[in-house]
Amino acid sequence: MSKLKAKAFALRQDVLDMIKHSGSGHIGGDFSVMDILVELYFQQMNVSPENRDDPNRDLFVLSKGHAVESYYAVLAAKGFFPVEEVVENFSVFGSPFIGHPNNKLPGIEMNSGSLGHGLPVCIGMALACRMDNRSNRIYTVMGDGELAEGSVWEAFMAGGHYHLANLCAVIDRNGLQISGTTEEVMAQENLAERIRAFHWNVINVADGNDIAELDAAFEAAKTVQDRPTCIIAHTVKGYAGGEIMEGKAAWHHKVPTDTEYEQISAELRRRKEAAENE
Amino acid sequence: MNKVPNRQAICDVLLESARGDKNIVVLCSDSRGSASMTPFFEAYPERSIEVGIAEQNLISISAGMAKCGKKPFAFSPASFLSTRSYEQAKIDVAYSNTNVKLIGISGGISYGALGMSHHSAQDIAVMSALPNMRVYLPSDRFQTAKLISALLEDTKPAYVRVGRNAVEDIYGEADCPFTMDKATVLSDGGDAAIIACGEMVRPALEAADQLRQHGIYATVLDMYCVKPLDSEAVIKAAEAAKLVVTVEEHAPFGGLGSMVSQVVGANCPRKVINMALPDSPVITGTSKEVFSYYGLDAEGIAKTIMENLGWQAM
Repeated sequence: MSKLKAKAFALRQDVLDMIKHSGSGHIGGDFSVMDILVELYFQQMNVSPENRDDPNRDLFVLSKGHAVESYYAVLAAKGFFPVEEVVENFSVFGSPFIGHPNNKLPGIEMNSGSLGHGLPVCIGMALACRMDNRSNRIYTVMGDGELAEGSVWEAFMAGGHYHLANLCAVIDRNGLQISGTTEEVMAQENLAERIRAFHWNVINVADGNDIAELDAAFEAAKTVQDRPTCIIAHTVKGYAGGEIMEGKAAWHHKVPTDTEYEQISAELRRRKEAAENE
Repeated sequence: MNKVPNRQAICDVLLESARGDKNIVVLCSDSRGSASMTPFFEAYPERSIEVGIAEQNLISISAGMAKCGKKPFAFSPASFLSTRSYEQAKIDVAYSNTNVKLIGISGGISYGALGMSHHSAQDIAVMSALPNMRVYLPSDRFQTAKLISALLEDTKPAYVRVGRNAVEDIYGEADCPFTMDKATVLSDGGDAAIIACGEMVRPALEAADQLRQHGIYATVLDMYCVKPLDSEAVIKAAEAAKLVVTVEEHAPFGGLGSMVSQVVGANCPRKVINMALPDSPVITGTSKEVFSYYGLDAEGIAKTIMENLGWQAM
């Protein structure tokens, strides 16, 4: 577990490098979601470059597609493409590594970018896999600001209606979106109750940046047989970026200055070493 | 008079094909009745998905199923399917390039007096603007069946629009020439080229008959494949004619007329008249009444051609 924690800090450095090198990206959401992606790709999901066409592989859709830098870092660490190639080419002219997920790249199932698409698409995947009696699981990660999209609730409705126990949705609940807090912009209070009302199993993860807590939640989700699970992971936007960045809406898509880059890198190194020594 | 609407022809093909292909799935948004898909839901309940009145979800769920190897046919009134869920068609079908066949039922002004909310006069324009998306408006039940059979053979996205009511046959069961993405030439003539799609093919053909009585000879193309447009057939017909007339049940912008005009303008400049619905909510009435009011019937088409060829109108 401490290895995975350390990995999540190391992969944030890759994200920082992509963003610094290209001068663009969504660093705040990248840093809040990284631990969720690491837990999914290195602990939960049966996905690798070797089985990428296996119909029984687990399926993942990054619904908050703007966190693509973290997604690239994780896919690179899984061996889908070299991370140096991503850092070098992210967002540059003619690059395959564009600013949102696209399925021309190995390891990416569906294109995203506009919000409110991941969960509905995953409903279709879960229905199809269940139809074929497959034992794989379907995962999506959404942002919390994304929940204002009506299509998300169409999908919550369908997931409950069809009892899709092979489906697990994760909400990266960092509480911030581009204009401010989610509660100011469009309130999500009683979120767990709202989703439970659609006949979903809901698990609150108090520290959504803690891989051990996330692991327990994903394991618990697998034991539920009659309904889909939604994990509400309470994360910190800009997590592990240090005081200058953590919990600040302004870092939604800010590009760090040279000084900030050094500060954030030092913080990531410090946390990675601490995790390794745990 | 034929009593079988084109949507019924789609159901018949899918019912037959589903016997040998378990991956064919049908999705409806509380629209199985209007889609004529109730027989499929009854025959294959395990392969029929009801999503409720949620057209966005309809398309995204279809895309997810396609990603997992299914061959989804998503049915919803063309008005809602094409604009309510346009972004899902753009992202989850066209951009992700999933094998989803979008079937817009009750297309055009099929719903007559129900008003602009229920009319799809923009669907050709919006769907054609999406990369990877193909757009088809078959003219009769036999061609519809051939088209659906052809679409079952490929794995690319497509949008198909059919009307609500049965339309008179253009072809016969054993006499329906069909080549995928190639227009069907219904008549040959050197005076005018009439290029039509969907339910406008029948009045175009009848207009050509009327014109012939006046010694005016028109080529009639059934351009069911609006995208990819059969440019070769357009150029050939236009080159041989003094005048090109397009006829479509669609807004005057971005549809068959716009596309034909682009091709003719670039390759063999001729006068092109685009006959279409107006740039406004259409007048209240049945399809027949509305078509007649806007000149989208045999008489209106023939009159337009005669006038533009310098003949005195009938």
